[in-house]
Amino acid sequence: MRSPLRPIALIMTLVACCASPARAAEPTDQAAEPTDQAAEQTEPAASPAALAFFESKVRPVLVQHCYECHSDESGVAEGGLRVDTRTAIRTGGDRGPAVIPGDPQGSWLWISLTHADADLQMPPKRPRLSDAVIADLRTWIEMGAADPREEDPAAGPVLKQVDASFWAYQPPRPTDPPAIADPSWPKQPLDRFILAKLEQQGLTPSPDAPPPLLLRRLHFDLVGLPPAPQRLARFAERIDARGLDAALAAEVDELLASPAFGERWGRHWLDVARYAESSGTEANISFPYAWRYRDYVIDATNQDVPFDRFLTEQLAGDLLPYTSPAERSRLLIATGFLALGPKNLDATDERQFHADLIDEQIDTVTRAVLANSVACARCHDHKFDPFSMEDYYGLAGIFASTKTYFGTAVSPANRVGGDPLRLPDDAGEKVLHESLPPQRVKAMQEQLAALRAEKAEMDEALKAMFARQEPKKKFTLQDALRNFWQSGGLEGQLEKVSDSGQALPLAMGVLDGERVVDAPLQERGDINRPGELVSRAFPEMLRLEEPIPLPAGQSGRLELAQWLTHPQHPLVSRVIVNRVWHQLLGAGIVATVDNFGSTGEPPSHPELLDDLTLRFMGDGWSIKRLVRSIVLSRSYRQASDYRADHFQQDPENRLLWRASKRRLQAESIRDAMLVASGELDPTRPDGSLVGRVIGDRPISLIGLDKRLPSDLDGSTTRSLYLPVIRDRLPDVLDLFDFAEPSLVTGSRETTNVPIQALYLLNSPFVQARADGLARRLMLESAENPERIRAAFQLCFSREPDAEELHRALAFITPPGQPEAATAETATGDNASPALVRFCQALLCTGEFRNLD
Amino acid sequence: MSDLSLPAHRPAVTRRTLLKSTASGFGYLAFASLAQQAAARDATGKASQLAAQATHFPARAKRVIFLCMNGGPSHIDLFDYKPALERDAAKANVMPSPFRFSRHGESGAWVSEVLPKLAEQADELCFLHGMHTDIPNHSQAFLQMHTGSFQFVRPSLGAWSLYGLGTENTNLPGFITLNPPADNGGARNYGSAFLPAIFQGTKIGTNQIPGFYAALLGVDQEPGPPLKNIKNPNLTTAEQRAQLDLIRDLNSQKLRRDVFNPEIEGAIESFELAFRMQDEIPQLLDLSAESETMLQLYGIGSGLATDRFGRQCLLARRLAEAGVRFIELTSPIGWDHHFLLKDKLAESCLATDQPIAALLTDLKQRGMLDDTLVVWAGEFGRTPFAQSGTGRDHNNKGYTIWMAGGGVKPGLSFGATDEHGTKAVENPVHIHDWHATQLHLLGLDHKRLTFNYAGRDFRLTDVYGDVVHEILA
Repeated sequence: MRSPLRPIALIMTLVACCASPARAAEPTDQAAEPTDQAAEQTEPAASPAALAFFESKVRPVLVQHCYECHSDESGVAEGGLRVDTRTAIRTGGDRGPAVIPGDPQGSWLWISLTHADADLQMPPKRPRLSDAVIADLRTWIEMGAADPREEDPAAGPVLKQVDASFWAYQPPRPTDPPAIADPSWPKQPLDRFILAKLEQQGLTPSPDAPPPLLLRRLHFDLVGLPPAPQRLARFAERIDARGLDAALAAEVDELLASPAFGERWGRHWLDVARYAESSGTEANISFPYAWRYRDYVIDATNQDVPFDRFLTEQLAGDLLPYTSPAERSRLLIATGFLALGPKNLDATDERQFHADLIDEQIDTVTRAVLANSVACARCHDHKFDPFSMEDYYGLAGIFASTKTYFGTAVSPANRVGGDPLRLPDDAGEKVLHESLPPQRVKAMQEQLAALRAEKAEMDEALKAMFARQEPKKKFTLQDALRNFWQSGGLEGQLEKVSDSGQALPLAMGVLDGERVVDAPLQERGDINRPGELVSRAFPEMLRLEEPIPLPAGQSGRLELAQWLTHPQHPLVSRVIVNRVWHQLLGAGIVATVDNFGSTGEPPSHPELLDDLTLRFMGDGWSIKRLVRSIVLSRSYRQASDYRADHFQQDPENRLLWRASKRRLQAESIRDAMLVASGELDPTRPDGSLVGRVIGDRPISLIGLDKRLPSDLDGSTTRSLYLPVIRDRLPDVLDLFDFAEPSLVTGSRETTNVPIQALYLLNSPFVQARADGLARRLMLESAENPERIRAAFQLCFSREPDAEELHRALAFITPPGQPEAATAETATGDNASPALVRFCQALLCTGEFRNLD
Repeated sequence: MSDLSLPAHRPAVTRRTLLKSTASGFGYLAFASLAQQAAARDATGKASQLAAQATHFPARAKRVIFLCMNGGPSHIDLFDYKPALERDAAKANVMPSPFRFSRHGESGAWVSEVLPKLAEQADELCFLHGMHTDIPNHSQAFLQMHTGSFQFVRPSLGAWSLYGLGTENTNLPGFITLNPPADNGGARNYGSAFLPAIFQGTKIGTNQIPGFYAALLGVDQEPGPPLKNIKNPNLTTAEQRAQLDLIRDLNSQKLRRDVFNPEIEGAIESFELAFRMQDEIPQLLDLSAESETMLQLYGIGSGLATDRFGRQCLLARRLAEAGVRFIELTSPIGWDHHFLLKDKLAESCLATDQPIAALLTDLKQRGMLDDTLVVWAGEFGRTPFAQSGTGRDHNNKGYTIWMAGGGVKPGLSFGATDEHGTKAVENPVHIHDWHATQLHLLGLDHKRLTFNYAGRDFRLTDVYGDVVHEILA
């Protein structure tokens, strides 16, 4: 089913698409112009008489006979149905709406009360209600089912749904740091919260970790690389001279200022932003301009762009003021966040494609920033969290008023084209694709014009056929297909160059659409059943005291960003603070970092989370300052040693009685090998293999391209510059639990399986690093013991103990063999095979890829 | 490690205690002796955590092949025939199945027309029509199907099975999952959680070239091996063994210092297993030795809709034959048919029907179906109501799974949903009951298969689960 050339049925749909321009573009008829009455349209005011009828004749019946099994009050929603609010009774349950205004025959309430359906007779196991009562209900439904029961705690047929009092919806509250028994322990305010809880449970924190181990942890956490042996020595000297606190602070400040910080911490955000360089799903077409967003994130992280501003740029950079072409360019690239999602590019229905694109944007924004998903409410009110369909379609209008530029041309494997976003020519952006000769451009333009003329004739012919007239000219399905693909291909190529053939700077991103629209509420998420328009709005549960009005002339993304980053917003700052904590301490204060909803876990230290959050906002939303305060804490500094009694009581280390032992992330494992062998190229490459070599094509075919290494690696730059292709990650990333690039991922998995061992033992990459490390050791010293010491420093940031040294020596120089055979003094091209095998063994140890 | 005591049915000597006792007098001699003992242990396989275990009672199945139909296949369009949908289409707002149903085999089981090959095997299948699960949402339901819990990180069904049984072949992972989905809990669905890492599923996956291009270019649809890096071209086996001894000794030294470190302990086990795998797995994964007839049976061939799942099913049989305890396959096309169910469900069926039927035939021909439990299940079923006019929504209250082989009654249809297939009304079976039953078939008592973690005994079924005795042969 992966073949892009499908049978006739599919070609028929294609012809249908050909009738309308197939470029992914303007929001289509799924959304309509808003009107002044938009707000009122959701529920016209009922007449006082109709309401009085409801109160006297209907409400008592519902309360007396139905609420027992169908209301929030009773906590029961049989058949998924509640009848205690207007929304609930109209939404209905498993079978469908209980009340459809004006249509008693279609309303389950009436069907069940009349016993017209043997399947469903209400009230159950009791006599039928009187004819008079049933007639009243019929009248009520016929009259439009006026229903004043506004307040909707929203149905939760499975779990008790959370309400406004749920912890995550309260704004963070300041608390005094709790009293503690040992005031000498804390180094940072946060330590008091940790210590207080430990003391309450009768636990004690662990002692400080030994300095070399602490430095190794700090370096991997802040820059994703191991400390150089010289740094270890300097750290020891500084501790001697100025004490541990000052030595640590100096080290931390240096690391925060290093460009490698952005490469490590930018990558954390890229996990959350589901960054990838291909569309994923069935068609899986490369995104050749995605890398610009990657670089934007790294740079913004290094510049410590305040997180509220950082979010605003990604949601609405195109709507922000700018003072130079370079700034404009940067802000456009930031909106790539909204455009990078997985896309079903072989979708047959373009309206469905757009509805899905908007859905993916809503899902990503809400999961990444709110740690909640509103996307479930596309088809039904959220089952567990207080998000209604109105909330969903209120957000959908904002994105329906936005045009997404994802830059993939139409081809046999890709039926939904997308324009690329053009950056200012004078912004100095690097362009990776090639320019074309002007004659070639001219020829292509002419060819395209001819195809468009032909297309116009086809449309005429199609119109004539529908009108049952003889078309002037006949076309076959093959003609239509050829025209569609050729036009799409040409359009795609021409968009990449100027009229004179100059390659243009392009990116992925969004701009406001041509029209600002409200989205219709689609019954059960069906694009073919558009209901009433829902005014663009933010989810009701999270509205602020002073609402932010949405402008009539803009999509509302800028206001969306303002709302999210408002200091009163209870979730956004908490969520990011928790994400940072998770990366440094091994688990979030809320362990389910992407889920702050009712199915997520409650915070282990709620007051601490609030305290950190308030400080974070007070500190100008600075990620670097937040990181600094955490890594300079006593809590972070603890040893990770096992203590049986503490483990019994708190095996998950939720109370932080020690530092958590952690496996390094995939990028750090690979980068550390390159550092150990002295081969790491710290420069940032232009783009990745996708931008440089793969270009714009189906990923399924890259296996046939001999220019690409089979492990999609073959480089010595940092791992975050490897190509991030959905469903086809480079081996090292795939094997060591890289973040799934189709999903918002705040917390990576850690697996420990033999296929990882096979990579470390047998892959060309690891063997090459072992070889590099061995050569480096041979340059360092002519003596095996010295080489072994140097190797331990490079791999583990420590000296070998006597036994380890002995064992290593015995391995390199087996007993009975003269040392001269292995300990070459030459620094020639070839390292001794035994030394190479020894080096590889070190790269394979658990200690190499784990943090204590 | 008294705080991590193993359940009664497992032997007292484990790798962990062994390492602890042998590594305490550390030195070169200790290294040597450790290496020696490890070699001895590997020869007999006795002291490895993976060693075959005694079951609680005689097992009816020795291994499981779990055909995971991710997305929630529509039971009422496949196995649970509901004529009332047609009758009530107008008044009850339900959507009749677009497919014809007919009865098959001596058992007369209803199977829809989109599964013609499987229908021929109807008498081998044991249908559970009264399945239900807690949450109608993919991520929760998928995790619950795999681990019993959607709230907490818990070991997967495969990990528990391997933990309970140990391996039949110490040269292969005891739990292999082919092309598992990355979403809906990802690796947690084959993870070991607090069980030792050696029990987690090993993921093997391949990338396919679209059939159209493969045919055009005259290349195999799966050009690469399903597993890379299975040989080191630069080292002899003896050299690599010596290198591995060094790795293990360094890891043991680290573990001795750390006292308790599951990650390091898991690394020791997985490197040993990786070394042993190198000999066996290349031949096992290479389907080229299979006859043309066999490839045709499974529907393997460039451009065929059945190619991908056919390869997986054939590979599953080979892995089962080689002694892998738990093999999970994921449907190459999902079953989440909210839209265009008529076409899309037919596509999912087309891709899987022949391969699954072939797997059953093949196992039977080899006499392996008697002690291999084949399970077909998605995370839930679908509602009888039309969604978006052309699809169906999630239904956790009633759906169908089937089992075949290893100890289940063939040709049985057990349990039922109501007239429209909305809810299980007769002999309902919850996920926990299914898990309990599956362990039972493997000879394991779900209440006694426990693991003590930080002072508490955990089990797959938590405090729930009843064995469905009615379906046992």
